[in-house]
Amino acid sequence: MSINEANKKCLEKIQESTAIWSDIRPAKDVVPGMSERTVLHAGPPVAWNQMCGPMRGSIIGACIFEGWASNPEEVAQLAENGELEFDSSHHHHAIGPMSGIITPSMEVNVVTNTVHGIETYATLYMGIGKVLRHGAFDDEVMAKLRWMNYELAPLLRNALHHAGGIDLKNIVTQALQMGDELHNRNKASNALLLTALVQHLISVGEQSEVLKAIDFIDKAGHFILNTVMAGSKGMLDAGAHIKDSTIVTAIARNGYETGIRVSGLGDKWFTAPAPMIDGVYFPGFGPEDANPDMGDSAIAETIGLGSFSMVGAPAVVEYIGGTAQFALETTLKMYEITAGEHETYKLPPINFRGAPLGVDIRKVVETGITPIINTGIACRRPGIGQIGAGLTATPMACFTAALEAFACRKEK
Amino acid sequence: MKKETSPLQQPVEIINIGLESFAEDIKKMDIPVIQMDWRPPAGGNMRLLALLDGLEEEA
Repeated sequence: MSINEANKKCLEKIQESTAIWSDIRPAKDVVPGMSERTVLHAGPPVAWNQMCGPMRGSIIGACIFEGWASNPEEVAQLAENGELEFDSSHHHHAIGPMSGIITPSMEVNVVTNTVHGIETYATLYMGIGKVLRHGAFDDEVMAKLRWMNYELAPLLRNALHHAGGIDLKNIVTQALQMGDELHNRNKASNALLLTALVQHLISVGEQSEVLKAIDFIDKAGHFILNTVMAGSKGMLDAGAHIKDSTIVTAIARNGYETGIRVSGLGDKWFTAPAPMIDGVYFPGFGPEDANPDMGDSAIAETIGLGSFSMVGAPAVVEYIGGTAQFALETTLKMYEITAGEHETYKLPPINFRGAPLGVDIRKVVETGITPIINTGIACRRPGIGQIGAGLTATPMACFTAALEAFACRKEK
Repeated sequence: MKKETSPLQQPVEIINIGLESFAEDIKKMDIPVIQMDWRPPAGGNMRLLALLDGLEEEA
């Protein structure tokens, strides 16, 4: 098969994919390959001694939550003794924003690509500020995590079953018409999700718990993000492993390295040091407090959302810095490195052109343009949380390494 | 060429390809200039260009 034919096949599989938020289940029951001590994290594989502060903080919180340890020192001991089995969530059809830590007892969103029979999993979104994914693990965070896991999750599960699942692709499509780019701006999509969910919550729950759940999802603002991330991964996984395809099927960061995967190159990661983020800081914080780029949420850009669709979300530039003109230029630039346009995700300000879809490593290397990511900035000190938001470019070294591997793939 | 017909005696508009500092210098002289966002293919890296050329045959 020629490269262009392979890329066409890859994009067809992605385009025809669905994303149905179908369930919420404990990770140990659904995520493949979860052992009793598995700790999944965002980005490409990373060792304990390489992990950044927020990722270590998240792992400390997760181990306390699981009852494996009661303080940071005990967790460090477990990690250094090799008693925690770290792995990239991507190796388990799972995904998570920022540190993205998933341990066996954590309830995860289950999203189904019904066309290709692919299930993907993501943590439940915990809100902004002091949260586990940013490495916070104090009593307040742990209490919230337990409430989400043992009270909110069962309620949402019952509501989802009552609904027969919720079509996330439909919500994303609508939200792109309403000013969201589905990475850093989820105002419309989160409200649409709540609208789809509320009648089922009322049908299955007690009034007080339903009101608390509605209030949480509304105030969390980006609750839908994790479900859309899982859905996007399910679509991109459908396009993975197409021989001779140069399309990128994952971009992910762990705070130490950024990595990409390419359809025609199997499960191999091509990595480079994680860059810093150029952005707007919350009051009291600055670049000296920032952690390098982290999280699996760049799956949004990989499927054509986030910065790739920023032209449709001019309001997001207030949050990440820039101008509406810059949003337009960013989206137009991304067309230069993509092999196709989304048939369903349309962008009103540019005559409903389909979102740029399918980053092609050849085009990235040739043009020198790398995928731009809209992202949050984590504090480098664990436990503080998000301190800003901005833009970062996926390192060129990931693409040159992938191109070299692709060029000599037939020699192996 | 007569002096009065020289293009450089007319108002000029400039498109600059390459180093942005050239455009900045022109801007300082209050001459309209557009900076074109361009760079050589593969950043001029001959090895990468050879790889891309090789893949072009498979395209």
